[in-house]
Amino acid sequence: MLAIHNLSTQCLNQVSFDVQAGECVCIHGKSGSGKTLLLRAIADLDQNTGEIHLNGQSRAHFTPVDWRKQVTYLPAESHWWQDEVGSHFTSDSIDYSALALPEDIHQWQVSRLSTGEKQRLSLLRALDHQPKVLLMDETTANLDDENALRVEQHIKNKLEQGLTVIWVSHNQAQRQRMADTSWQIDQGKLIRES
Amino acid sequence: MQLISLTPYDLATAALLVLLLAFFSWRLRIGIEQSLLVAAVRTVIQLSLLGLVLQHIFNQTSLALIGIMTLIMLTVAGYEVMARQSHRFKGWWSMGIGTSSMFLSSFSITLLCLLTIIQVEPWYTPQYLIPLLGMMLGNTMNGIAIALNTLTRMASEQKGAIEAQLMLGHSWQEAILPLRREALKSGLIPIINSMTTAGIVSLPGMMTGQILAGSAPGEAARYQILIMFLIAAGTGLGSLTAVWLGSAHLFDDRERLRIDRLS
Repeated sequence: MLAIHNLSTQCLNQVSFDVQAGECVCIHGKSGSGKTLLLRAIADLDQNTGEIHLNGQSRAHFTPVDWRKQVTYLPAESHWWQDEVGSHFTSDSIDYSALALPEDIHQWQVSRLSTGEKQRLSLLRALDHQPKVLLMDETTANLDDENALRVEQHIKNKLEQGLTVIWVSHNQAQRQRMADTSWQIDQGKLIRES
Repeated sequence: MQLISLTPYDLATAALLVLLLAFFSWRLRIGIEQSLLVAAVRTVIQLSLLGLVLQHIFNQTSLALIGIMTLIMLTVAGYEVMARQSHRFKGWWSMGIGTSSMFLSSFSITLLCLLTIIQVEPWYTPQYLIPLLGMMLGNTMNGIAIALNTLTRMASEQKGAIEAQLMLGHSWQEAILPLRREALKSGLIPIINSMTTAGIVSLPGMMTGQILAGSAPGEAARYQILIMFLIAAGTGLGSLTAVWLGSAHLFDDRERLRIDRLS
């Protein structure tokens, strides 16, 4: 479904792997090993070389806007560009309660949000335009166990509906719960784990 | 009314005031005395030289000589715009953006003014062309420098928010729009302010000069209005060009934010 071939940047060395629809690939590695840069390169946010195909169609044939709508990167730290939460969403029917967020949160000021609330909201925001592939970067890093499990359950539901996920996570237990395939990244190279 | 000639002693009195200011800056450790004195010395040298050069240029109407003079003015203005950026573009862009947008705005508007409004014959008569262009360049230079500085500063500060929008499939134009607006506003506010208070609080420099030189105040006022409008149009056009060029250069062909193009 997503086929990555010889993806290289200054820090990545010819990374190749395939992901199927509905599959969750987990990636871990030391700080500075290139996990974030790999996800950013897939979303075409940094200069990179190599071929990526989505459902057989080359990335070069997508406009950058179309590509990122379908292959969406969710960074560890969320950023907001409007004052009100709701202005960052396009659809009105967001199920905030799925991640234990209050129903009226779309009217809140962004400045009022806690780090954890921002992190959960940014996940909902990334799913808002229904991407085919979600690139998650330490999405539960600032969450308590209960909310981390809620995020995992939410992602499991989306995986069943056919979403493809590449998830960078430090948390080994989380990887064991979520991963269909697990990779380790070391000095810009991917190593498959059993 | 006869123009009263200024002697070097008159200027020395005024220079004493600048020295006094430098002394205060030194005593109060504000630390600006050096740049103040350098700027003051530059003013003396540059304006005296200009006086000599203009005297020479005004005595003839060689298009080539006037052309060289205007190009020197443009190059220095382009360098100034670059020097005032805290995050400047790398390579030729740093000077290219300011210079090309000043060329577009100042030159075209000065030309328009000479050909259709003042209608002086020939249009490159240096007594009109050089002062007009100088005034246009000086003011558009300020506007463009402020606008570009706002754009690049905000882009560095708001890198995360801009990229967050790109990640969600917004176009680069959408993501940069608020910054373009802010940058343009910041570039245009000085001229809007000076038009607002002109004649009530401040007597603009050119009008003051004309009155001191013996022109009728009504005549001086009409010239000043003309200049104000031209400056506003030139600053707007120049800032618009610079901000559009600059913001486009912040992204590449795959709509990635390229903060690495700033130093």
